[in-house]
Amino acid sequence: MDPTILAAATINGLLLGGMYTLVASGLTLIYGVLHIINFAHGSMLMLAMFGVFYLLTKFGVDPYLAMVVMVPVMYVFGYALYKGVIGKLSNGKDENILLITLGLSILIENVALMLFKGDSRTISVSYSDRMIELGPTLVPLPKLISFAVALALCAALGLFMQRTDLGRAIRAVAKERVGARLVGIDVDRIFAISYGIGLATLGAAACLLMPIFYVSPTIGHVFVLVAFTVVVLGGMGSFLGAVVGGMIVGLTESFGGLYLGESLGQIGISLIFILILLLRPSGLFGARQ
Amino acid sequence: MTSTLKPVPWALHLTVLAIAVVFPFVFPSSFMVNFGVMALFYAFIGQSWNISGGFAGQLSFGHVAFFGVGAYASTIMQLRFGWSPWLGLPVSALAGALVGGVIAVLSFRAGLKGSYFALITLAFAEVLRIVTNSVSFTGGGLGLLIPMKASATNFQFAERIGFYFVILMLAALSVALAEWLRRSRFGAQLAAIRENEDSAKALGINVFREKVKVMLISGAISGMGGCFFAQYFLYIDPLVVFGVDKSVEMLLVSMIGGAGTVYGPLVGALLLASISDITRVLTQVQGLSLVLYGSLLVVIIAYLPNGLIDLFKRRRKPAGGQA
Repeated sequence: MDPTILAAATINGLLLGGMYTLVASGLTLIYGVLHIINFAHGSMLMLAMFGVFYLLTKFGVDPYLAMVVMVPVMYVFGYALYKGVIGKLSNGKDENILLITLGLSILIENVALMLFKGDSRTISVSYSDRMIELGPTLVPLPKLISFAVALALCAALGLFMQRTDLGRAIRAVAKERVGARLVGIDVDRIFAISYGIGLATLGAAACLLMPIFYVSPTIGHVFVLVAFTVVVLGGMGSFLGAVVGGMIVGLTESFGGLYLGESLGQIGISLIFILILLLRPSGLFGARQ
Repeated sequence: MTSTLKPVPWALHLTVLAIAVVFPFVFPSSFMVNFGVMALFYAFIGQSWNISGGFAGQLSFGHVAFFGVGAYASTIMQLRFGWSPWLGLPVSALAGALVGGVIAVLSFRAGLKGSYFALITLAFAEVLRIVTNSVSFTGGGLGLLIPMKASATNFQFAERIGFYFVILMLAALSVALAEWLRRSRFGAQLAAIRENEDSAKALGINVFREKVKVMLISGAISGMGGCFFAQYFLYIDPLVVFGVDKSVEMLLVSMIGGAGTVYGPLVGALLLASISDITRVLTQVQGLSLVLYGSLLVVIIAYLPNGLIDLFKRRRKPAGGQA
């Protein structure tokens, strides 16, 4: 095949991978610490994207500037949601958390459907159509920004976990709940903080995705299975894994579409997901359990 | 959930069956019979989820894989090879069991359980959806339309009541199967696996074999559900029969009614069908029934871990002492 097309598909795949990394970074944190799958991740992203949408259309806040609002708002929302609902109602059983987040996602998505109806909405900002020449292809500037921030975000999260006291406490809880409690860490609070940080990354992701994507009440479905794949592939709890996994998944989708066509091309992601679960469920960079 | 091993009294089974049989004669309107068909249909596919998810504790988020394969198997045999749709029932059961068995062998060999098992079943269902959406043999994204030729020999009934009695029979069989699980050795082994796999193993139970068996049975029931669905609506497409929504509905019906109980799926299905009919008639607000259902799931997990069916049991406790 023509090398220009291959190069374009590669660049496209990497940029797509950046978007998936953004969404998956919070999911991998939540999984790594709480050992539960946050099924409500997609619907939380949807909420955050509607937040960005209305900040722009009602108050004229630029989507990138909206990060200053969305990140803390989503953090507080996540913290409160864990403290008030998820942690409290699950009685500490992991499978219950899975089902409660499933129930929450059904609830939130359908409330959104009642409020916003089913249509997709997009925003337009002055830089939406700004193109940058990148090798053989033209790339929209907002996609490039989202890619760069995705990498920066994962690096920052990684550093935060390694270098700060709070990060150390989170890692301690992730590794050994009982031991962490014994040395005086408030485990329940760490869970709530981790869930809050997980949702805060979605606040950032929403700001970066809104200029290049659309929002609708079911937008979470677009990302949720892909984000699970990225997390499982990279290794649950690993930010390096979220980046590498995101890139692999993005490239798979891009090349799958190129060689297998629009419809069958989507199969690559699900196949990777199945294979990694069957052969190496700890993922590429996850600690073996 | 120790109560799952206690048999349900015969009188209760007979009462439920009698009510179900006279229902379409007491409420003969097309609306009410359709309500009955949908409630029994959800009870049936909910029971399929319940048998693996409730009795054996294998949480699946992709039961629609078996359902969809059943729907496509019977429809394709009918349209492309001219088989009678009645033969579609055993064919779809086989197809559902086959897919259930393959997924079970692969995932249980790899030692997947809990949320990992939930995720891999979801992914298998996605693969099947994408494949049926992409190949022409299955009609691709356009789906398959079964031509209308209303006659009982053709598994198509001019009156809904015909469908009602078919699905009633299937649902009754699925309840009988669940009741058998409560009383049999196999059911006891499944309960042991659900409560603690390692101790089940230590007791000498072949955990892998029993889990594969239960997925074969559950897959077969889901497959037949798919066949019934195709005959009732005369149209299937990849999104409808392989979509995540139906997997979630099966799980909800069973969890809300009471996972691991004989009548849980029926209770959940009656509630789902009522809520969706009532909200549709009264409000026409899109999504309201699912809002109620999602909230109910959260409340049930938190306060009634054995489902709504517990509400009926609790009341009897004081009178009967130890229940």
